[in-house]
Amino acid sequence: MRILAWTSTSPAATRALAAALGRWMAPGDVLALKGELGSGKTEFVHGLAQGLEVDPAAGVASPSFTLIHEYPGRLPLVHIDLYRLESLPPEMLPDLEEYLSGDGVAAVEWAERLGALLPKDYLEIEILITGETTREFTMRGHGPRGEELAARLAREWL
Amino acid sequence: MLILGIETSCDETAAAVVADGRRVLSSVVATQFELHAQYGGVVPEIAARRHLESILPVIQAALDRAGVSPQEIDGLAVTQGPGLIGALVIGMAVGKALALAWDKPLAGVHHLQAHILAAFLTDSPPEFPLVALVVSGGHTNLYQVHDFQRLDLLGRSRDDAAGEAFDKVAKLLRLGYPGGVIIERLAAQGNPATFHLPRPRIPEEPLTFSFSGLKTAVAHQVKNHPEVLTDPGVRADLAAGFQEAVVDCLVGRAWLALEETGCQRLVVCGGVAANGRLRQVLQDKAGAEGYELFLPPLSLCTDNGAMVAAAGYHRLRAGERLDMSADVFSRG
Repeated sequence: MRILAWTSTSPAATRALAAALGRWMAPGDVLALKGELGSGKTEFVHGLAQGLEVDPAAGVASPSFTLIHEYPGRLPLVHIDLYRLESLPPEMLPDLEEYLSGDGVAAVEWAERLGALLPKDYLEIEILITGETTREFTMRGHGPRGEELAARLAREWL
Repeated sequence: MLILGIETSCDETAAAVVADGRRVLSSVVATQFELHAQYGGVVPEIAARRHLESILPVIQAALDRAGVSPQEIDGLAVTQGPGLIGALVIGMAVGKALALAWDKPLAGVHHLQAHILAAFLTDSPPEFPLVALVVSGGHTNLYQVHDFQRLDLLGRSRDDAAGEAFDKVAKLLRLGYPGGVIIERLAAQGNPATFHLPRPRIPEEPLTFSFSGLKTAVAHQVKNHPEVLTDPGVRADLAAGFQEAVVDCLVGRAWLALEETGCQRLVVCGGVAANGRLRQVLQDKAGAEGYELFLPPLSLCTDNGAMVAAAGYHRLRAGERLDMSADVFSRG
């Protein structure tokens, strides 16, 4: 597995990295976002939406309350936030499975809570708060597609 | 004109009968709070299933309490969005079915517009134009409202809704759910000036809200001052500082909107409008500066069918009818 490290010095830098990834996304791609409250996961999804050409008027915002937001773009962006759900109620499973195997791009905040629902192929992005505006990113490619994305990040970005 | 309003956008199954968009004859709300509390918030699929069980009894209760039969109803109104899709679908299906079965016109209502029109279900309703701030667990939206039908979005949150920020900060402070009520109670015992917290703003979009940075700042304080979690006094100070920052952001944007639009009237509604500190600051500032402030009673601030009936009344009177093939929408 390829493990990449990267330091973000500002929310704008985080958005720029995410926008680059957004431009590379293909149907069915899954990004697993991990990191404590305030680490910048929603900020990352703002950048991702930009790279996926989601209309800025769509108003990407936190789905913590509704759990899932879907935005039309070059590919549909499915923004899932499992912050509230320390355990997944069984009623949620069919919806989550459908979104994770759909034709869109799924970005999942608090992805560690997906458990067995996490697909084999995904890019894991872990964010650590290291200062007021600095964040330490650790990215791991899982499965062939995850590895491909990690390799491209290493080549073109880091 | 009697309208039956149906609301199922989130975790309240609600129906009401309202006369002429003004007089509430009945308003029945079946809350699902207990069902979702263990998950720290609403789970869409669980909400949808409960709506399905509750909706017909709730509608029947609304008709009974108003003392009207389906034949006496002049029309129906149902929330079309925004909200949880699975939850909205239940109200929409029932609204369409009853409209067909009873042969009555049906209106589709925008949930946030309905929240604003709750201010008209009181003895002293506002006049137009006005600025409205809808602030809840799911929304922080500022509108300029021209009349019963037309409104322009001036700004909204680019990350967390205000109510969501309360819930998340309550969790950071290990306080439990629902965050708004607990933080308000704790904040009353704290000094808001002890901790300096930011009032995040986006210079190029002065009417856009952002509460994520404020939440991050609280997380930093908890990390830098671990005594926050053990010393009740310090924790109350941080809660007070946070609440004051949220109130500053909400009131500041609302006033900027009043100045930019030249409106003299402000409506503040939605669940967070129940916050006592927010109400107090709004009342003081409006009183001092000569603005008219409208705060709907708490029972009309949270989700209810009466506001939907009021909004539907104006749509039906304008000749609008919901197409039977119309769908619900989650955002917008």
